[in-house]
Amino acid sequence: MKDASPAARFWAEFCESKVAVVALAVVVLMIGIAVLAPLVAPQDPYDLANLALSDARRAPGFVGEGGYTHWLGTDAQGRDLLSAILYGLRISLEMGLVAGAFAFALGVTLGIGAAYIGGRWEAFIMRVIDLQLAFPAILLALVLSALLGQGKLQLIAALAAAQYAYFARAAHGAASAERGKDYVEAVLSTPLPGWRVVWRHIFPNCLPPLIVVATVQVANAIALEATLSFLGVGLPVTEPSLGMLIANGFQYMLSGRYWISFYPGIALIILIVAINLVGDRIRDQVNPRLKR
Amino acid sequence: MLGHVAVRLAQSLVVMLVMSALVFVGVYAIGNPIDVLIGPDVSQELRLQTIARYGLDQPLWQQYFTFLGRVLHGDFGRSFVFGIPVMDLILSRLPATLELTLAAVCGAALVGIPAGIYAGYRPNSLPARAIMTLSILGFSVPTFWIGLVLIMAFAVQLQWLPAGGRGETVSLFGVPWSFLTLDGLNHLLLPALNLSLFKLALMTRLARAGTREAMLSDTVKFARAAGLSEWTVLRRHVLRLIAIPLVTVFGLEFASTLAFAVVTETIFSWPGIGKLIIDSIQSLDRPVMVAYLMLVSFVFIAINFLVDLAYVGLDPRLRKGGAR
Repeated sequence: MKDASPAARFWAEFCESKVAVVALAVVVLMIGIAVLAPLVAPQDPYDLANLALSDARRAPGFVGEGGYTHWLGTDAQGRDLLSAILYGLRISLEMGLVAGAFAFALGVTLGIGAAYIGGRWEAFIMRVIDLQLAFPAILLALVLSALLGQGKLQLIAALAAAQYAYFARAAHGAASAERGKDYVEAVLSTPLPGWRVVWRHIFPNCLPPLIVVATVQVANAIALEATLSFLGVGLPVTEPSLGMLIANGFQYMLSGRYWISFYPGIALIILIVAINLVGDRIRDQVNPRLKR
Repeated sequence: MLGHVAVRLAQSLVVMLVMSALVFVGVYAIGNPIDVLIGPDVSQELRLQTIARYGLDQPLWQQYFTFLGRVLHGDFGRSFVFGIPVMDLILSRLPATLELTLAAVCGAALVGIPAGIYAGYRPNSLPARAIMTLSILGFSVPTFWIGLVLIMAFAVQLQWLPAGGRGETVSLFGVPWSFLTLDGLNHLLLPALNLSLFKLALMTRLARAGTREAMLSDTVKFARAAGLSEWTVLRRHVLRLIAIPLVTVFGLEFASTLAFAVVTETIFSWPGIGKLIIDSIQSLDRPVMVAYLMLVSFVFIAINFLVDLAYVGLDPRLRKGGAR
């Protein structure tokens, strides 16, 4: 154990929690089936040739025109709900990961940059970020996506703008602590350029807390995207994410056809809970106060 | 202490000013309000006339100061859609949202804090573990979906509670309230429950973390050594130690609950300002959007200020005008 690499040690420690391993497996599995959706889905839900209106709004277990058994029922257009969920998962995951990546890049640059530069700029940047953090992300994302209009890129911009501040605060906290350490002083006394010090020396040491924030924020981005799409200000109808599937089923819920909204929601929750459980485990691992 | 309050008040005013500029630029400068106001087939003359009437031919900073001056007189303009002053529109919808939000946040605190203290007091007991697992669920499950499931279960399947609206209201101080009638309470229960679940999870986790730390503190050790009963220790000492973070969260969450009410109000057709903002976003009713954002900013900043004052009351070190 002593001579194992830090990554291997981290992994071994991670595996001590069975719940976390199962959650990680679920996340990997869901990413897998989302990527492979066209191959594993029983039907291409957006090929109109496959759809028959006589199959619309059928209960789970119904055997439809094409000879499929619709295990989770069909929606208002006669689409197989399981296939629609797999395709929706793809869009939801894509939005969450891409928005999370943008928020990460922007927030970490600002946070570490502020800690590195210091002085008035640091105070100013962090003030603005604190101010933004006081506002709920959902309100910001809601207003931004309303102002920018509907579309994938617009929504990614809105989500990233609503979330980068969390990364910035975490990165700033970690980088300020690193900034005062001897090794940074040592590197700074060499003629290396500033960006290299930040990128090769400070940034890697700030990673552990940032990974925790990243898992939580990807889960949040997925939930936020679903909420916005549900409210009708998120993705356009041509990009049916899980949130939109839920929104589409809403009107049928009052007549007892619960499955159109219910099952996409279950898929969404499994995904978010699994990501959060993985994040919880990593948080415990990088928290020095809980170290044995 | 008075100096501390004055400094905080000044800071709050500056932040409010910055927010008003951001909101103004955000809503009026992004996109073109002229296209919303004027049809494409109007004559050029009428077009210029309308632009001049709304002051849209002025430079941006001048437009902003005009806007600011009117806002200070409580004038947010007229809603493009409803045609009535925005202030009246918002004030008529505000009580419904306040009622819902207060019910949700108070409910979350009344259930979450005791549950959290218990889970922190006996962290390894079975109920404590169940509480923590449920709280992760409460964090993860999107509010809108829970709302749908609540409607499905209690309104459609069991038919115990209504699925939307405010129900019968009673007028008090000239404002209609739902919580004073049985029918209104029935209508309030599901949306309030829906809105409170996320806060409930948050308060529980916070109270638990605080209690776990407080139980290890010297205060508790000495209180026990003094022969106080466990109940007294929890009530008199632990609760006081965890009060500061809880008050912070209670205040800040109240404000963010106002924002989250957007989702709940849409699902349960609750006629509050959350439903209003969604409708006005969809119809591009800019004056309503601006007024809503200014109101929420104001509530946020006011609450931040009040939370700070509450600290002074709760923490004797701050009362003496010392640290900070």
